[in-house]
Amino acid sequence: MAILVDRNTRVVVQGITGSAGSFHTTQCIAYGTQVVAGCTPGRGGESFEAAGPGGEKVVVPVFDTVSQAVAATGADTSCIFVPALGAADAVLEAVDAGCSLVVAITEGIPVMDMVRVRRALEGKNVRLIGPNCPGIITPGQCKLGIMPGHVHRPGKIGVVSRSGTLTYEAVGQLTGLGLGQSTAIGIGGDPVGGMDFIDVLTLFNQDPDTVGVLMIGEIGGNAEEKAAAWIRQNMSKPVAAFIAGRTAPPGKRMGHAGAIISGGKGTAADKIAALESAGIKVAPTPAEMGATLQSLL
Amino acid sequence: MKIHEYQGKQIFARYGIPIPKGIPCFSVEEAEAAAKRVSEETGIPVVVVKAQIHAGGRGKGGGVKVVKGGAAEAREVAAKLLGMQLVTHQTGPEGQKVRRLYIEQGLDIARELYVGMVVDRESRRVAIMASTEGGVEIEKVAAETPEKILTEFVDPLLGLTPYQARKLAFGLELGQDNPNAKATVKQFVKLAISLAKLFEQEDCSLCEINPLVITKTGDVVALDSKINFDDNATDRHREWAELQDVDEEDPVELEAKGAGLSYVSLDGDIGCLVNGAGLAMSTMDIIQHYGGEPANFLDVGGGATKEQVTKAFSMILSSQKVKGIFVNIFGGIMRCDVIAEGIVAATKELGLKVPLVVRLEGTKVDEGKQILQASGLEIQAADSMADGAQKIVAAVKA
Repeated sequence: MAILVDRNTRVVVQGITGSAGSFHTTQCIAYGTQVVAGCTPGRGGESFEAAGPGGEKVVVPVFDTVSQAVAATGADTSCIFVPALGAADAVLEAVDAGCSLVVAITEGIPVMDMVRVRRALEGKNVRLIGPNCPGIITPGQCKLGIMPGHVHRPGKIGVVSRSGTLTYEAVGQLTGLGLGQSTAIGIGGDPVGGMDFIDVLTLFNQDPDTVGVLMIGEIGGNAEEKAAAWIRQNMSKPVAAFIAGRTAPPGKRMGHAGAIISGGKGTAADKIAALESAGIKVAPTPAEMGATLQSLL
Repeated sequence: MKIHEYQGKQIFARYGIPIPKGIPCFSVEEAEAAAKRVSEETGIPVVVVKAQIHAGGRGKGGGVKVVKGGAAEAREVAAKLLGMQLVTHQTGPEGQKVRRLYIEQGLDIARELYVGMVVDRESRRVAIMASTEGGVEIEKVAAETPEKILTEFVDPLLGLTPYQARKLAFGLELGQDNPNAKATVKQFVKLAISLAKLFEQEDCSLCEINPLVITKTGDVVALDSKINFDDNATDRHREWAELQDVDEEDPVELEAKGAGLSYVSLDGDIGCLVNGAGLAMSTMDIIQHYGGEPANFLDVGGGATKEQVTKAFSMILSSQKVKGIFVNIFGGIMRCDVIAEGIVAATKELGLKVPLVVRLEGTKVDEGKQILQASGLEIQAADSMADGAQKIVAAVKA
């Protein structure tokens, strides 16, 4: 079953004609994702061509607006590769056009823009993933983002992470142990974004096809601590975790805008303590993420 | 991005936030002239000579001096402060060199408060905090007496509303021992609303006034200014380039930023080159787990070009403290052959004198491994992250 995306998801790619958008749309189409439309203002009327999983030619119409794209193709999900200063607006446009899921890959969106986006999304029946994330993949069915499809396998482990390549590392370990993934979601590395750990864990908890979850966090903020409390009260499936940044110095932004220890808060040690006290097994090193999850099954 | 107190105050002035009269100076002559001018224009003989560095705690560290003896004394004080290594609890033991000063008028202080704004991740709002405990580290207050911090959350639709600003004002009991209470409250409300506008329009990540002073005549004045900007908003603030003080930045981190790389200097001797911030942090963690110490955090990012990888590798190679290098790549967008080409290019240019362990995985991994093998460079290949970390720690210890 998986969560949020599957073979029926119909995708419009915003920023499809840009270098990142075109490269990754080609990869997603090759994976089998149903990309039904693209949107780049001013490029409406063009066609984007790529090869599908069987080598067949796939032609994607490009539109000037997401509304036009949705009206013409029935797209229900947007994947955003728009550059940082236009990306928040792109999110709002996708929501306005009626997309029920918006996946914002873009890194570098100003925080105030995302504060305004979150305000605008209040009361709306839409889910936002990201920004600054690798996207979401239901292996074998739908790849929406920049992750390497070939390291994933269909299966029953849910993966939720603030990271990108560290997630692929974790997925690689799981696949190597014969543990495929139901859905893997990168929720992003920014301080203000869309779905957080609890939002995703709620869905994994309800998904009949997910039997366990691997949660990957990092320094900064208190999302992992809140998730730990939620898991203790609500989660009916085993959860393993890993927290990156045990050795990160305080006060420094470690790549991700949200990965910063501020005023003594947001340390890896605090997060690990919170998770362990909620009964969640935390991998001692990044090399043991898969094995830690396996030990719980 | 951080800026100096005097620059923050210039921005405060633009938003109508009251600041003491002040003049920035870069030499003892300028300091003497500034002290004279500030005294003349305010009619107050007392001036304050303030060292300008990006770290806090300057007062306690001896970087803020009250001068009552006129321009000549101000000159003497300036001579001592300029060029000194100012050590505060925020600078680290080596301190920071003082290159700029700010000469400011003295104030008749009745009370010192704290007002600060920051993005609150949990509520996804900008929060404004106010406290009666001015002049103290806010983290200390938060830890010891959190009830003394009043917080309001700014709805981006509305901005900070007057009623919210009044809640803070009356919560701070600004009327206490204050014959001008009504005026003080009015000034505070205006200041708080202006500060919230500033925060939003200037794309701040932090904006602190500590202390915010109530003078003996009931006026509200920002005695200090600490403003950090959201680096993500750089491209829509051309004016930030002029405000940047490169002397306050780590030169290597600055160089990396200019090349589009994420770099943080650490204390160890094992250089790391990784793609992805989470993986890079984990690489530091696993090196330490096996008994080594990372020399840096370096994320080449997902879309790095061969030139960026070459630059990144060169930066690590040029570092004196690096005794070994661990390249850990899990290629999604990042292609292993691009990484390999970058490593070979940098090494050919600078020469490889330290052990190098490379772990490649993901997109174009076979091509990447082939390029490294064909290069003739002495490279230890690793099958996994754990294998790589163990190998580099052992190689550096040997």
